[in-house]
Amino acid sequence: MVDHAASPTSRIWQRYDRRQRLVRFFSMLLTLTLIVWAVKDIDIFWPWVWDAPNQISNLGARMWPPDPARLSEIVLAMVETVHIATLATMLNVFIALPVAYIAAQNTTPNRVCLWLGRFILVASRSVNTIIWALLFVAIFGPGVLAGILAIMFRSIGFVGKLMGEAIEEIDRRPVEAMEATGASKLKVVAYAIVPQVMPAFFAIVILRWDINIRESTVLGLVGAGGIGVILQGSIDTFAWRTVATILLAIIALVLFGEAVTSWLRRRVI
Amino acid sequence: MLEISKLVKRYGNDEPVLKELDLVVEGSSVVSIVGASGAGKSTMLRCINRLVEPTSGSIRLNGTELVNLRGGALRRARRKIGMVFQGFNLIDRLTVMENVLAGRLGYVSLYQAVTRRYPQQDIERAFALMERVGIAHYANKRADALSGGERQRVGVVRAMMQEPEILLADEPTASLDPRTSEQIMKLLQSLAQELALPVLINIHNVAQAKAYTERIVGLRHGKMIFDGAPGDFDKEALDAIYGGIEAPEEEITAAPSRTPGEGVSHGQI
Repeated sequence: MVDHAASPTSRIWQRYDRRQRLVRFFSMLLTLTLIVWAVKDIDIFWPWVWDAPNQISNLGARMWPPDPARLSEIVLAMVETVHIATLATMLNVFIALPVAYIAAQNTTPNRVCLWLGRFILVASRSVNTIIWALLFVAIFGPGVLAGILAIMFRSIGFVGKLMGEAIEEIDRRPVEAMEATGASKLKVVAYAIVPQVMPAFFAIVILRWDINIRESTVLGLVGAGGIGVILQGSIDTFAWRTVATILLAIIALVLFGEAVTSWLRRRVI
Repeated sequence: MLEISKLVKRYGNDEPVLKELDLVVEGSSVVSIVGASGAGKSTMLRCINRLVEPTSGSIRLNGTELVNLRGGALRRARRKIGMVFQGFNLIDRLTVMENVLAGRLGYVSLYQAVTRRYPQQDIERAFALMERVGIAHYANKRADALSGGERQRVGVVRAMMQEPEILLADEPTASLDPRTSEQIMKLLQSLAQELALPVLINIHNVAQAKAYTERIVGLRHGKMIFDGAPGDFDKEALDAIYGGIEAPEEEITAAPSRTPGEGVSHGQI
């Protein structure tokens, strides 16, 4: 109960006590120190920063108007970019699903498989698409194949991890019921697990396809096919008006991908 | 004929849930198993189709020892044991017909199961059984579109599709309203007669146990302490099974009733 006898002035209220204030002060100090250290250490050449607005208008002037001369070539490269994303997403499913199965706590056959599955997922996700692409360009030479494999290897971790989580979240009771009918392991998977993870599967694959379209636009920078090859070539030859066309084309492609995936999501899920 | 002898189930190093339980069920009798929560009813039922591994003891169904079966032999034995669950354990995203046909999973090949190409006689049996329980017009509806009572009928038909030699029902009416649960009990009773099938029903509702079954088995702390006709199940037997265990109903009536107006102020803020 509130003690009405005490006068209001004698009551002291503080949001934080002494120890909490100290902790807050030192965490603030530490954060500031880190920022100052980082800025000092990265050695920015400041005149270039102050010169940036100039450079932007300069580059803008050189890019305008976009040059449509190579448009047909660019469109073909765009189509190739989408093909890379589509093929890689499809192939990825065949590897990601078994990996998800062994990496899910409730379906994994044993501990060894569980850790193997998790290792594959972490390995796939911790390497960036561009680094995968560099690796596969070194192995298979420059071209679309290296690009497809790069996108695919990066997608395994994404799709595998999310599908593994979807499998772990299923209702166990239908599984029990299917086991009770005398169904084999594969039939239990087909009847009790697959229908339950179907919506998640479509959502994840559509999302990954969307991401893969965007990722495959930069593959060409390391020679792994797609629109990026022309982009890199145009930058190297200072063909800035062609670069502008390509950048606009990429924006158009991403918007197109966005529209297609949201339509698919509405239809399928 | 089902013969359980000296059945022991122990989880880890805890006290056994089932302590050398003996039970014989002959012919096509409907047996209800009553007991407080934790008495071991559900564990006993799940030991019969080995959803739970018995620690020791013997369970024989029509002369076949079930406790040592593994792999394919276990699956073949499970085909002959139908089970109905408290939570229905249907596959919500599949149709009623697919759920019903899932009862045949132990008999058909993986290819037939995945492509839903079930033998014609299975489909005819499914329609006959669904008509028998009044759900045939739902064949192509999704299982989650049905009401509780209808869903449990699907569960019963799925179990009957197995052409079982025994039917286990684990609290089949606990999730249903009183009227629907009476209908399900009647259905189990008449199906047992029509198909000359022994039925074991775990049940909390003693009145229903008395009304719809021919024999009552009372469990307490993993031991059988009553076995007899419903007529012999008197107050004394009830106290022996539930005595010393507070029923939830008593707690509700014992709780002090609030005076009107006391609890209102919160809602007005």
